Amino acid sequence: MDLSLVPLLAVLVSLIAVVPILLSSDKPNLRETWTILAAFIKFGLVLLLVPGAIEGKSVELHLVDLAPGMPLALNADPLGVFFAVIASGLWIFTSFYSIGYVRGAGEHKQTRYFASFAVCLSATIGIAFSANLLTFVLFYEILTVATYPLVIHNEGKEAINAGRKYLAFTLTAGLLLVAGSAMVYIYTGSIDFTPGGLFSGIELPHTAMLVLFIIFLGAVGVKAGIMPIHSWLPAAMAAPTPVSALLHAVAVVKSGVFAVIRVAGYVFGTETMGNYGLDDILIVIAGATIILASLIAFAQDNLKQRLAYSTVGHLSYIVLGVALLTPFGMQGGIMHIAAHATLKITLFFCAGAIYVNLKRKNISQLNGIAKSMPWTMAAFTIGSMGLAGIPPINGFFSKWTLALGSLDGDMVIPVIVLVVSGLLNVGYFFPIIYRAYFKPPEGLEGYGEASPLMVVPIMVTAILSVLFGFFPNLFFGLYDLAVNISLSLF
Amino acid sequence: MIESHLPAYIALTFLLFSVLIPAFGIWRDELSQPLAVIGSGLAAGFSIYGFYSYLQLGSIRYFFGGWEPPIGIEFVYDGLSGFFALVINTVAFFVIIHSNKISKREFPGKEMPYYALAMLMMLGFNGMVLTGDLFNLYVFLEIASLAGYAIIAIGDRQAPYAAFRYLIIGTAGGTLYLLGVGFLYTVTGTLNIIDMSAMLPQFAGSTAVVAALILMIVGIGVKAALFPMHGWLPDSYTYASSSSTALIAPIGTKVAAYILFRIILWLFGVELTDAVVPFTYIVGVLACIGILYGSIMAIAQSEMKRMLAYSSVSQIGYIIMGLSLANPWGFAGALLHVLNHAIMKAALFMISGQIRFKEGHSSVNMFDDTYRKKYPWTMAAFTVTAISMVGLPPLAGFFSKWYLALGTIDNSNWLFLAVILISSLLNAVYFFRILEKVYMMNPDKGQKEAADAERDEFSGSMLWPTSILAFSLIVIGFANAIIVGVLLNIFPM
Repeated sequence: MDLSLVPLLAVLVSLIAVVPILLSSDKPNLRETWTILAAFIKFGLVLLLVPGAIEGKSVELHLVDLAPGMPLALNADPLGVFFAVIASGLWIFTSFYSIGYVRGAGEHKQTRYFASFAVCLSATIGIAFSANLLTFVLFYEILTVATYPLVIHNEGKEAINAGRKYLAFTLTAGLLLVAGSAMVYIYTGSIDFTPGGLFSGIELPHTAMLVLFIIFLGAVGVKAGIMPIHSWLPAAMAAPTPVSALLHAVAVVKSGVFAVIRVAGYVFGTETMGNYGLDDILIVIAGATIILASLIAFAQDNLKQRLAYSTVGHLSYIVLGVALLTPFGMQGGIMHIAAHATLKITLFFCAGAIYVNLKRKNISQLNGIAKSMPWTMAAFTIGSMGLAGIPPINGFFSKWTLALGSLDGDMVIPVIVLVVSGLLNVGYFFPIIYRAYFKPPEGLEGYGEASPLMVVPIMVTAILSVLFGFFPNLFFGLYDLAVNISLSLF
Repeated sequence: MIESHLPAYIALTFLLFSVLIPAFGIWRDELSQPLAVIGSGLAAGFSIYGFYSYLQLGSIRYFFGGWEPPIGIEFVYDGLSGFFALVINTVAFFVIIHSNKISKREFPGKEMPYYALAMLMMLGFNGMVLTGDLFNLYVFLEIASLAGYAIIAIGDRQAPYAAFRYLIIGTAGGTLYLLGVGFLYTVTGTLNIIDMSAMLPQFAGSTAVVAALILMIVGIGVKAALFPMHGWLPDSYTYASSSSTALIAPIGTKVAAYILFRIILWLFGVELTDAVVPFTYIVGVLACIGILYGSIMAIAQSEMKRMLAYSSVSQIGYIIMGLSLANPWGFAGALLHVLNHAIMKAALFMISGQIRFKEGHSSVNMFDDTYRKKYPWTMAAFTVTAISMVGLPPLAGFFSKWYLALGTIDNSNWLFLAVILISSLLNAVYFFRILEKVYMMNPDKGQKEAADAERDEFSGSMLWPTSILAFSLIVIGFANAIIVGVLLNIFPM
């Protein structure tokens, strides 16, 4: 079977869906049908690419030239497919959940909401399949622009300020990415992502390489939420919860860490990273981010804010895995993309269900809610345990691999960071669970679970997290993919 | 054999219609605008065909009356002049279609002189672009300028004052240019650009040549609104009528930039230009200051036309900065930006004219989210153009910045690279500010008004030109590799 057009279709399907979504803005049920349809088709198309990717094959497609010698090109390589499976798979759950959420919360401008969401997913898959830096820039910027209407969705003062902050950070990052890509082109004569990097055989002065690396770090670090350029992420929690769930736990921030892997593994190359000492910078930044973000999470009473800082911390697990420059580290980082995605989306879904159902945003208001919302809180518990790294839920496995990776590289401090961070995770998640289960409820008479459109996706993602912990290879060979990718980079 | 006469046809079309419009206009005033549309349409057609035949057959040198230089004057239709003629005539065609209703509203009864002058001004611009003779260029410069002063003076109450100021500064600029030409003539004994460029290397380092270069750069710098000679521009663009601004803003400064390209890259060549003093670098630094200054001033404006005027100061800086890099990437970026910026600025000024037409003002502070309901397509066109101005892919504006960035890195010119990046952010500030107002309800005002607003879209004569220009930015974005491939071949070194 000829798969050469599949990556393109996978990118386009949700973009095309925008047209019927806009046209059926008066008929909500029809409009949401298009979203669901696009989500399933997209996921199906991505799955077609999985068998090839497990064998290490790529599907390449050159479209028009974006600039002389720099084509708009897609390349569904194993890393891209890995990311695409996660993003498109979780979009299905988010679609159902979104319908429940926006209707339950009586949100305005729902058409704009669903249309922007569809564009975001196109851009995310485009990021996953970009074959070169210029194509990557294209989708990266589209993602920025398409996320903006979702961040400012509530249109209150807080949302507008969050939107401004979001644009200020991401547009700056985009410009750095443009500058960095142009520099790579002038220095190496190529912008194609290549396993092992573009700099083999090219000698650059140490400072030049360092500057280039810092430019790229700024470019991809904003979306990857590394400190100190993470602060748009907690602010963007002003967006509706499904947006936080998919975009700020899966699509946008994972595009950031995905970009870290692309840049480290496919632009600089692991060897160059090591030769110029770039990995040390990354380890320090990632380690500091993990610890600091976990500490700040303690201080947040707003549930979504706490989850946001938790996200910042966990993204840096992935960055840390890349920075270790060992196959196990890379593999653990890649695995944590999947683990954190399923776990954090579950937690955000729970926060949204609580908000829609009880109109409560703060942790201090959650006393005894497990009695009213038993399923939601069960899922929340699973998600928290996973992120804290408690076996057998899937967060444990990636963390274990990360620890192996750092020992493999004869580094002990990263292991200590991981352990301390695990304890901190326990510290900021378990008080929530304690409140929900063991404190007496206040004013919850007559409240039950949220709508099934929300609760079912919550349960499914929670169950996925558990299954994924027991059988990492059960779903689409994600474990094999991660192993193959990390081996191909060394 | 139409190809060999094309350079003359383009200029003569405008000359013919600048006479036809008053002739018919005395009889029927309302014929002026349709005639102007036909005239500019013909010229645009000739330019498109001309550029196509340039790609097939190469440059054309057209000798008027068969008199070869140095006795006669010639028009040179090469890649650079062909490209500029193509850009300015096509954009002017759309602007003139668009001006129909606005001209009737903003200066009723003055359509006939307005369109006659517009044709005369276009004659001047095309003459400047096409001529192969430095003195002839000055003559066309004065034709364009005099017509331009009059066109700017048609407008608000302050417009004549702004036009007068422009007249004084512009004439000084023209005179400086003429002085420079005089110096060169005394040294070389010719006015023909091709002849002179062959002779100039003998006089490298001569004081007269250096003085001539300074005089010409400063003189044309005034016309191009190169910082710090931009003072005339904001007032002129703000107070002139919406149609006048939409016509002059995308075209006028571009033609001046064309002259700088011709002088620095063709007539002198980079080596000779920089023989005594590194002029290209100085010009580049001035352009950078202009880019930042224009963007910052644009942020400070609340009147949309004034904001766009300052934005023009900034954008012309990109073009001149690309020129100053004097490498293929910078050159391609600059010329691509000539095309992009002409389209974007025309579309933006046309939209500001439309808003004035319906709302009676174009003050950004008074924009609200009813516009989204009332003018959905116009606002969509505005959004596309604004995002292109900010420079986000896949729109055209991104790619000029991409090539300029490549050019700066190729020269290891980090200062210029930083300026490009910072300016993009500043652009984002003043365009997203408007988008916020148009697409979001004002938290202090409540949402009632927007929900009640009825759809009240502009008529086709305004909507179509605006939309075509705006959405062509997407096409240019995806097709830019083809355009840039052609532009890289034009690069003279």
